[in-house]
Amino acid sequence: MITIKNLHATINGKEILKGLNLTVNAGEIHAIMGPNGAGKSTLASVLAGREDYEVTEGTVDFDGTDLLEMDTEDRAREGLFLAFQYPVEIPGVSNINFLRTAINEIREYKGKEAMSAKEFMAMVREKSALVELDPKLASRSVNEGFSGGEKKRNEIFQMAMLEPKLSILDETDSGLDIDALRIVANGVNTLKSDKNATIIITHYQRLLDHIIPDFVHVLYDGKIVKTGPKELALELEEKGYDWIKEEMAL
Amino acid sequence: MSNYTENELAKDLENQEYKFGFTSDIESDTIEKGLSEDVIRFISAKKEEPEWLLEYRLTAYRGWLEMTEPEWAHVHYKKPDFQDISYYSAPNQTKKYESWDDVDPEMKATMAKLGISMEEQKRLTGVAVDFVMDSVSVATSFKSKLKELGIIFCSFSEAVQEYPELVRANMGTVVPHTDNYYAALNSAVFTDGSFCYIPKGVRCPMELSTYFRINQGGTGQFERTLVVADEGSYVSYLEGCTAPQRDENQLHAAVVELIAKDNAEIKYSTVQNWYPGDKNGLGGIFNFVTKRGICGTRSKISWTQVETGSAVTWKYPSCILKGDYSIGEFYSVAVTNNYQQADTGTKMIHLGKGTKSTIISKGISAGKSQNSYRGLVQIHKNADNARNFSQCDSLLMTDECGAHTFPYIECKNSSAKIEHEATTSKIGEDQIFYCLQRGISEEKAIGLIVNGYCKEVLNQLPMEFAVEAQKLLTISLEGSVG
Repeated sequence: MITIKNLHATINGKEILKGLNLTVNAGEIHAIMGPNGAGKSTLASVLAGREDYEVTEGTVDFDGTDLLEMDTEDRAREGLFLAFQYPVEIPGVSNINFLRTAINEIREYKGKEAMSAKEFMAMVREKSALVELDPKLASRSVNEGFSGGEKKRNEIFQMAMLEPKLSILDETDSGLDIDALRIVANGVNTLKSDKNATIIITHYQRLLDHIIPDFVHVLYDGKIVKTGPKELALELEEKGYDWIKEEMAL
Repeated sequence: MSNYTENELAKDLENQEYKFGFTSDIESDTIEKGLSEDVIRFISAKKEEPEWLLEYRLTAYRGWLEMTEPEWAHVHYKKPDFQDISYYSAPNQTKKYESWDDVDPEMKATMAKLGISMEEQKRLTGVAVDFVMDSVSVATSFKSKLKELGIIFCSFSEAVQEYPELVRANMGTVVPHTDNYYAALNSAVFTDGSFCYIPKGVRCPMELSTYFRINQGGTGQFERTLVVADEGSYVSYLEGCTAPQRDENQLHAAVVELIAKDNAEIKYSTVQNWYPGDKNGLGGIFNFVTKRGICGTRSKISWTQVETGSAVTWKYPSCILKGDYSIGEFYSVAVTNNYQQADTGTKMIHLGKGTKSTIISKGISAGKSQNSYRGLVQIHKNADNARNFSQCDSLLMTDECGAHTFPYIECKNSSAKIEHEATTSKIGEDQIFYCLQRGISEEKAIGLIVNGYCKEVLNQLPMEFAVEAQKLLTISLEGSVG
């Protein structure tokens, strides 16, 4: 699905990613953990194509194409989805209108006809139920006046609607209470198939109680320094990141 | 809000240039350039006007000669040379059409290009249209149907001939010819416009619409609109404007007067898309317009405008809230791009008790343009318990444009309640990135964000106009984020 090799990226001249390697295959869920400032969110932004970041070295292959050569919107249209750590508010634009525009742009890119209103509304009903999102929120302006939990659920709702190949969840668990966490996790688990993949970026292990990753990676100082099975997350929770730092120093 | 799909928007976007920039090859009857009493007499004679109207024109003209052009607006432009304008240009057809079938095919083609197919309008939307090309009203639809209800909707010249007393009693009562420089000029040389009268207690069953078009080069357009809503009546009135692309600046100086008698309501909507000049600021329309309404007891006047065109705009649709408990509203979206300049806003003059006004202004500046909101809220001493709420938001698309807000408040009654809110924001890179990440192109993202920003105003427009306005906003801001 995605193969990242020796990725270096800077923002304002400061190097954040320093030779990151990662391979994710279809059907897999990967968790990326690490201390503050390790470069987790930078990785998400670079893959999604945020302009503030500059890639100075390395390659990213996304399903056979050079991801770094593609425009931001084309990456999304090819099936890369980023669930934002801080979802953005767009006043006056209904969630529905926003999503319908997105879906039809993606379909047009793929040479498909626009989705009919009926089909679209049926999909909205089905997918909003999946994340227990109040259907009323679907008619409200994008994220405007949503609670923190509603915003995160709205991200997963959008993910469900857009049916991406690769989803990157950037700290989706932050600010969620236990119930919301369960709902979000349930959404991700339901959407999982052998054709898509998920990268979960998180600080804490608690989301991983609900979404079982195939691999856990530790990102530290711009590189993946340790990879292991799901138990690694528990170990990190118990020992803290200092343990990794000490191991690195050796 | 609409069943207008994003694909249609995409199609519209392909056509990024000013799409009404064509000229129509219709023979016109145009007089020599220049302004004098003789020219005014010529216009008046040409229109077979009664003596009182000629006198009105001449008085206005003599007053105008004594006046100086206003300089207080936050706009810069080369003053028009009033001797270099032709004050009368009429499509060369003498007879009034009995039916739509009689209309000149070239003219029909022009209207079709403008998106006003009268035939379709008749069948589908039920909008009565008065079409004013250059200076003359060329076609009014639905007249007989309206007549059954006693509603008069016709060109201004026709009203002068058919209903002279009605015109004489109301014309100039809201905007006197002494009001300002351009109102005086208009009063002297106006050639046509629309007239509308809604009788007591009648609710006009359809939108009334006037479409203004400047076609001929070297001309100015000076039209007058007079809407009189008698006691307890209601009317919704729409006004649309376009002009061909020309390198010269053309002058449009209109006067609109609204009279809402006791318990009446007038809703007046404008989508103004005069040619704005090219991207280097060459050419374009100077849009200097005086619009004002007066309210009787418990009546309401609501102005809604979407302004995307013109090189320079100078206009303040206003309400004189004379009757007790009357209501004035002003909803505005003003977009400026490239070198466009707009100085627009409103005046709410509270005279009566318990009068209420609402001002929602959304300015959007792009390119190197300058966009100003200028508003006056005036509470007179007898206006007990008057209330005003104003909200003025500005959205900046680039680092080179300017947004300015000049709110004036004059309050002479301590029971008044006046609220003013203002915000200025730059279009969010975060918002655009969010849209891009969902697969939405930058152009569409801007369209979405801007239309969302203007929603409160767009919601005030009648449906067909709202769709048109949405498209216009997106097209006007094409490629403008920087």
